[in-house]
Amino acid sequence: MITLSDIEKVYQTKAIETVALQNVNLNVPKGEFLSIMGPSGCGKSTLLNIMGLLDIPSSGVVTIDGQPIKTYKDKELAHIRNEKIGFVFQSYHLVNDLSVLDNVELPLLYRSGISGSERAKRAKAALEKVGLSARTQHYPNQLSGGQRQRVAIARALVGSPEIILADEPTGNLDSVMGEEVMNILLDLNRLDGTTIVMVTHDENMAMKTERLIRFFDGQQVSDSKVYNQLQTV
Amino acid sequence: MLKNYLKIAWKVLLRRKFFTFISLFGISITLMVLMITASFADYLLGAHAPETESDRLLYVSRLKMSGEGFVMNTSPGFYFLDKYVTPLKTPEDITIFSREYPFNVYVNNRKIDLDLRYTDSNFWNVLDFNFVEGVPFTKANVESIGRVVVINEAIRDNYFGKGTKALGKSIVIDRIAYEVVGVVENIPASRVNTYADVWVPYTNIKEDYREPKFGGSFEAILMAHSPGEVDKVKEEFYAAVNKAVIPAKDAANYDKLEVHADSMLEYFVRGVGEIDGPVNLYQFAAWVFFGTLFFMLLPTINLVNINISRIMERASEIGIRKSFGASSNTLVVQFLVENLILTLIGGLIGLVLAQGVLMLINNSGIIPYTNFSINPTVFAYSFLLCVFFGILSGVYPAYKMSKLPAVAALKGGVR
Repeated sequence: MITLSDIEKVYQTKAIETVALQNVNLNVPKGEFLSIMGPSGCGKSTLLNIMGLLDIPSSGVVTIDGQPIKTYKDKELAHIRNEKIGFVFQSYHLVNDLSVLDNVELPLLYRSGISGSERAKRAKAALEKVGLSARTQHYPNQLSGGQRQRVAIARALVGSPEIILADEPTGNLDSVMGEEVMNILLDLNRLDGTTIVMVTHDENMAMKTERLIRFFDGQQVSDSKVYNQLQTV
Repeated sequence: MLKNYLKIAWKVLLRRKFFTFISLFGISITLMVLMITASFADYLLGAHAPETESDRLLYVSRLKMSGEGFVMNTSPGFYFLDKYVTPLKTPEDITIFSREYPFNVYVNNRKIDLDLRYTDSNFWNVLDFNFVEGVPFTKANVESIGRVVVINEAIRDNYFGKGTKALGKSIVIDRIAYEVVGVVENIPASRVNTYADVWVPYTNIKEDYREPKFGGSFEAILMAHSPGEVDKVKEEFYAAVNKAVIPAKDAANYDKLEVHADSMLEYFVRGVGEIDGPVNLYQFAAWVFFGTLFFMLLPTINLVNINISRIMERASEIGIRKSFGASSNTLVVQFLVENLILTLIGGLIGLVLAQGVLMLINNSGIIPYTNFSINPTVFAYSFLLCVFFGILSGVYPAYKMSKLPAVAALKGGVR
């Protein structure tokens, strides 16, 4: 589904050069739930941003769904992001000026040929999936952290993307809320076959996924199958 | 999509009330001034009664004579106009009339100020006055030094009493009793060439108007057969003027004569720019254009600045939208729409303010008989101005925003 080949990311300033990612080779097959762990600043989020085409690698190739990304033209990247990828961020990143329903509809706005009523229908279905169908007309600041993250997940899945990239989705939540959000992601992966890549600091959450990659100083240091996942669900 | 843009635009406006106020204040005041100026210009230069066919009228209103150490700028005299302008063949009609003379008249021990013009009878053919009573005076009236007068409604109401018929009654001006033969609707003072309160045959003027000298207190309007023939009339006019021989009385001091037949706009530009030679209307248009642009520059820069702050404040939203499939171009359109909404609201406020100010001016009586209003043309231009203003002040911030990388935007943006 996603293949990263010889990815490097270097941040260059006048004075210093910081290597954020070095020699990353990674293949995420379709339907896999992969978690990425590592200390802060090790390049996890940078990796996720490159996978999601939000950031451009300094060298190397990203291949999504068998299609290598050769040019990084804004319009083409926007189209791929819209069709194939859904994002879930640690700090939810909801638009505070829009209602829950409008927030969830947002990715569909950039897809041609979807009427307003169809958008609303799909957004309501997505909110139903995350158990928030009663909150459609609320605004983000009227919701708890867990609810906000569920709205963010509904927004990520409303366009039926093949990949969801989640950057510490439970990082701002207490354990109960975190569990709830994690279960939604697990359901999406198991029931709908959505490929999920999740960056996390939480070992317990990582243990619920299929595969765990650890990073250190911009380099991948381990890649292992998680064997106890079935028992923890 | 548009509904979503409108929704968010409205929310953003409400969220930062002070910024919104500053923006709207700048836009509405600027547009108000422009709309009032446009309304003034329309009133001054537009085709309104009595100069409804201004596109085929030429004004001979100023005359300049110069010689060694002498310069005289004045109105043309009757002698000059009668000798060199009246014989012209190309115009459909020609009228000669005086500048306005202020007089006081008294009724029941009450003083009434009025402005009077001495005119020929063609005046009523060339110009389009609306008669509410009676008819204009005739050529025979002029030739026989008829003590007849056409008055406006204001003088009728003031002198004879509101609603009283004035026809056949007499009004005493400068100790001469004139019989009212016609009453016309009030002409605003902004019609500088034709405005007056009363008009009498020029033969009644006390000065020796036939004296052979070029300067004086008259002017002429030449009416071409059609707007397309205006140039032909001008050509004949200048040919006649070039042949003019300065009369002996003037020739002692002056040897050069300059007089023009100007369209209404040329007449205005000549007056404002104190231009002696031919009037370059393209140059004037360029001045107006760049002047307006300069006037709009300050509020535009202010708005650009506010817009940049506004947009950059919303860096996170930009990042979110980019993450979920918005291209930079889509976002540019979104922010332009938002800006247009802001400017249109500002425009609407400006329109209301302009209407209010014009009403105040109308009611104040600063310019007699004015009824300034924002006509559909002025409104249409103002609307276009709003759109132009909105795009002008929104393009740069939107462009700057569109260059923001998604990752940086999500982190709160970098400037």
